[in-house]
Amino acid sequence: MTTLQITSPSVQTSPAAGRADLRPQNIRDAVIRLAGDSQDGIQSIGGFLARLAGRSAQDVMTYMTIPATISGGASIFQVRIGSGEVLSAGDEADFLVAFYQHSYDNHIGSLKEGGVLLYDSDHVQPDMDDKRFVYVGIAITSLTIEALGGTAKTKGKNIFVLGLLAAIFDFDVEKLKTLIRERFGKKNAALADTALIAFQSGYAYPVENVLANRYHFEPTTDQNKLAQITMDGNQALAFGLIAAGVRYGAAYPITPWTSVMETLRAELPKYGGIFVQTEDELAAVSMAIGFSYSGNLAVTGSSGPGISLKTEAIGWASMAEIPLIIVNVQRGGPSTGLPTNVEQSDLCQAIFGGHGDSPRVVLAASTVEDCFYVALEAARIARKYSTPVFILSDSSLSTRIEAFDEPDLKGLIQDPKPDLSPRPAGFKPYPLDKITQHAPPGSPMIDGKYPVLTGLEHDETGHPTGSATLHANMTVKRRKKLQQLAAELPLPEVYGDAEGDTLLVGWGSTYGPIREAVNRVRQEGKKLSAIHLRNLHPLPNGLDTIFARFRRIIVAELNDQGLYGFGQLATILRARYCEPKIQSLTKTNGLSFLVKEIIEGISK
Amino acid sequence: MSTTITLASEPVKLTRNALTAERPTWCPGCGDYSVLASFYKVLEKRQLPHENIVTLAGIGCSSRFPYFVNTHGAHFIHGRSVPLATGVSLARPDLHVFVFGGDGDGFSIGGNHLEHGARKNINLTYVIMDNSVYGMTKKQTSPTSPIGFKTKTDPTGAMDRPVNPIKKLISAGATFIARTHASQVAHMTQMIERAMDHEGFSVLHVLSDCTEFFPEAFDSANPRKGGEFKTIEEKKWDETPEDALRHDITDEVAAYKLADRPFPGLFGVYFQVNRSTKNDLEDMWIDSVRGKMADHSDLEILQQTFHRMK
Repeated sequence: MTTLQITSPSVQTSPAAGRADLRPQNIRDAVIRLAGDSQDGIQSIGGFLARLAGRSAQDVMTYMTIPATISGGASIFQVRIGSGEVLSAGDEADFLVAFYQHSYDNHIGSLKEGGVLLYDSDHVQPDMDDKRFVYVGIAITSLTIEALGGTAKTKGKNIFVLGLLAAIFDFDVEKLKTLIRERFGKKNAALADTALIAFQSGYAYPVENVLANRYHFEPTTDQNKLAQITMDGNQALAFGLIAAGVRYGAAYPITPWTSVMETLRAELPKYGGIFVQTEDELAAVSMAIGFSYSGNLAVTGSSGPGISLKTEAIGWASMAEIPLIIVNVQRGGPSTGLPTNVEQSDLCQAIFGGHGDSPRVVLAASTVEDCFYVALEAARIARKYSTPVFILSDSSLSTRIEAFDEPDLKGLIQDPKPDLSPRPAGFKPYPLDKITQHAPPGSPMIDGKYPVLTGLEHDETGHPTGSATLHANMTVKRRKKLQQLAAELPLPEVYGDAEGDTLLVGWGSTYGPIREAVNRVRQEGKKLSAIHLRNLHPLPNGLDTIFARFRRIIVAELNDQGLYGFGQLATILRARYCEPKIQSLTKTNGLSFLVKEIIEGISK
Repeated sequence: MSTTITLASEPVKLTRNALTAERPTWCPGCGDYSVLASFYKVLEKRQLPHENIVTLAGIGCSSRFPYFVNTHGAHFIHGRSVPLATGVSLARPDLHVFVFGGDGDGFSIGGNHLEHGARKNINLTYVIMDNSVYGMTKKQTSPTSPIGFKTKTDPTGAMDRPVNPIKKLISAGATFIARTHASQVAHMTQMIERAMDHEGFSVLHVLSDCTEFFPEAFDSANPRKGGEFKTIEEKKWDETPEDALRHDITDEVAAYKLADRPFPGLFGVYFQVNRSTKNDLEDMWIDSVRGKMADHSDLEILQQTFHRMK
């Protein structure tokens, strides 16, 4: 049971047909859940709403589940639009749009008391005796067919619903029509016309006959806010890599990673680059290493099972000290696991996966916006420290659409050209006292001695060696550069109270719900704080100075508590700081944390 | 116009001496020594810019090759030299990419990559030194070990049908396929040169015997050991009656039939065709896409994309 309610439209709790007072009610925040089948195009309604919010400088966050089946199956799209900061997709919905009986049956439980059920009366028979909700039945299917004519069948009912929502929420109709024309008109002008007819008939529906209130979003507090960029996490990652000067990559398709490679395959040629779809994961990582070896920092990526296949070659990159970016868009595991659900259970694999001591860097993106920036940071580290760098994302970030401020592309964009300048006499690929910076092929070697990069233990020139001393020294060299990196990393900011009883520690996509939990608890007058770790390996130095200010540290993460009662990050933090006050809050049902679950978790 | 300034980086003649790196770690008498000698010969003859030669390999005795050639190079993991080389080849058209490896690396653990490198017609030259035995791990069965060959993993004799490398390469779509024998240095040198000159995925299959664990493997094709080294007679297109009997290297079916001859079979070029390389096809795509970009900088292109996402 939550102790606080998020801001929501206040709605009548009884059906209100025939009411005449249609004064708009000003709202700051609404959670709309659309439930249907995956082929109904409910994702595109969500996409339109998200983009509209972005263009209206409103904050938006979406949440989507799609079935693992190829076509068909139940699917939901939840969009939360707010005039202030939107941190999570919302625990409960203010509005539920149910296309089918099963959509109603499965999702009525997620509708807030007093919420509005908008249902297709051609398919859904709700339990009207349940007086907790407002029931708005509209014959969506037959009205769409009527509007579009016989051949359209039921296609277009998503756009009809968009029109309905535009009327109910007083959305900017001209902006929505522009978005529809942009989306459909590119390929087929007739299709755009059809979509606009569906939209118009939804918008013109006399919704006042079945719903007493209409709603209006309060203008955003910051009137000077520019139009925002609207994209999902996988797109943000792909464009972050492009901004970082990554021009080459290779991968094999796997959910939920695939759309990153699709974007890069289509976009990189514009920048003179190439992304290759390989025969398997082994070839993908090897080819990316080949690109990197050629002097062009490259990317490979996958999700859990594919990352497992890449681990041998990542070990080579660690040993040969090759810069490389490896993206893991995590899903539920182990094995094929839960391909379309969220989990943060690949952290230890990212840090330790592989044989031997093979240091690498691990970063995690916290929001869709951060997916863009984390890619830039990964590329910076990979180049400076000549090392493989993991970027951890997850299935919730991959498809989630958010609106964020346009990045300063001019200030951020990197120039990707390989350094083929002649290398002076005595050049060493593996100097013991310096960070490796390779001479890519094509670089003339002034003393005529050319380097061979190797996975065998080697001396400073790259010659294989069986020397025990050299192996020990080289192991230190490879480790030390990451310790050097740790020293330059900033400490995470403490959100909430600077000191107190409880500090929440999170990483990755749980950023939003953790922050919202802090906000709610503090609104109640209690103390709560949180830090969010982006650098997971190496950790920034000095976390202990933050930990010292709190009575207990609770690490919230989406993985199992393990044999000894601690999740993966909690285990690492306990090993690092020998700090018994570090506790664990874990969850493995394939869904992200609800805000109330975090609040309940720390109340125990 | 004359000048008194001499360039410090004036091209130095690429000699065998300049190309020699570490002393090979191969056993005395190993066939791979002559492959190395042939490779030096070709590089000396062709005088490629030293810094633009890349030597790559996976794991195995023959895959130690990069350490013995003084060029840019990498000694990668077992079986994955072809995808590694693909990355180098696609990103850097200025480089001459050579891959060296053995039968285990190429036909067993890396078999799938061989297929796909060939199918994609990546511009590189791959020399596979086949000794029909796993030598580095001391005599286990290889994918080309003949049936009945006794090894530590097949103590009663190999029972699995061996791979026919030439047939595998033809069906995979390699655009240059030749075969030679480590004892025939002149022939081998000629084959390496032809492979190098081929635009596309060129593979040279070299029978290179392991003196330690399978020394007699290829005697039947070695005249010094009482065998016969029979070469393929390629069509000269001279309209003579004897030319009708010669091999048309562009004929895939004829090449396949030729590869079916009983061991030790024939040596020379089995197959060579011109087909667009992936290198060219990707470049064509880039050119057509960039043509539409009207010389916009990377920054401008990215800004336009972001503008569309508002």
